Amino acid sequence: MTGGGTQATRLYLAVGCGAAIGSLARFLSGYVVVSLLELNALYATAFVNVVGSWIIMFFATLTRPDGRLMVGSAGRNFVMGGFCGGLTTFSAMSLDTFILLLEGDVRQAATYLVSVVALSLGSAWLGYAMAARINR
Amino acid sequence: MTLAACALVLIGGFFGGISRFFLSGFVGRGVGETFPWGTLAVNVSGALAIGAFAGAARAVGGVFASDLVRDLIVVGLFGGYTTVSSFCLQTLNLALDGERQLAVFNVVASAALCVLFVALGFWAVVWMAG
Repeated sequence: MTGGGTQATRLYLAVGCGAAIGSLARFLSGYVVVSLLELNALYATAFVNVVGSWIIMFFATLTRPDGRLMVGSAGRNFVMGGFCGGLTTFSAMSLDTFILLLEGDVRQAATYLVSVVALSLGSAWLGYAMAARINR
Repeated sequence: MTLAACALVLIGGFFGGISRFFLSGFVGRGVGETFPWGTLAVNVSGALAIGAFAGAARAVGGVFASDLVRDLIVVGLFGGYTTVSSFCLQTLNLALDGERQLAVFNVVASAALCVLFVALGFWAVVWMAG
């Protein structure tokens, strides 16, 4: 019983710490994209979502039972549910889309949402394909 | 870009992440893991929350419009809570398992519901603030 509780606490801590680091990485990359590269903040959200989707699928495939890399459940939760979950954001992407709609820019709102979702799914698939190739 | 801002994002992200882990696990155990209802519930509720916060920043201002509160709540908590990576992982897994219709449904439902719930949260707060 205590063992089960300790394991659950370990997983929660792994996810929480990973999410804290992932969120900070998102915040810092937003600073680089907006303040240093002087690009629109929309690119910052797009960037973290595409990168985080690649990492989660690459890592998940590499560490699956028949994968090349052996990682325990706390480690998997730290990287996947934690870091990647904290790095990527559905809420900021939805808010960005809503604000474009509010400004009457329906075309840009649709283009933005569809392209970020499509690019994230595409990069997740790429991460899967690359890790599956390494696993062979 | 201050140390205080970074610390607030770390704290918000920590609690956002564990809230997501709790809710997605809770929903998943409740309704089964075949379809990622847990992640959908997380993203839709996070969309409602960020919409409400954006509405408060616009209609109420004050603390809701402060940069540091925004860093803690919007960037850290809501950003760490919601996720595109798990959404992609689960969508791709559905497609790889041959559940193409469910994969397409997950994409369309997530995108449409999240934007809708941002609007609901935003307009509800703007309306209540008069």
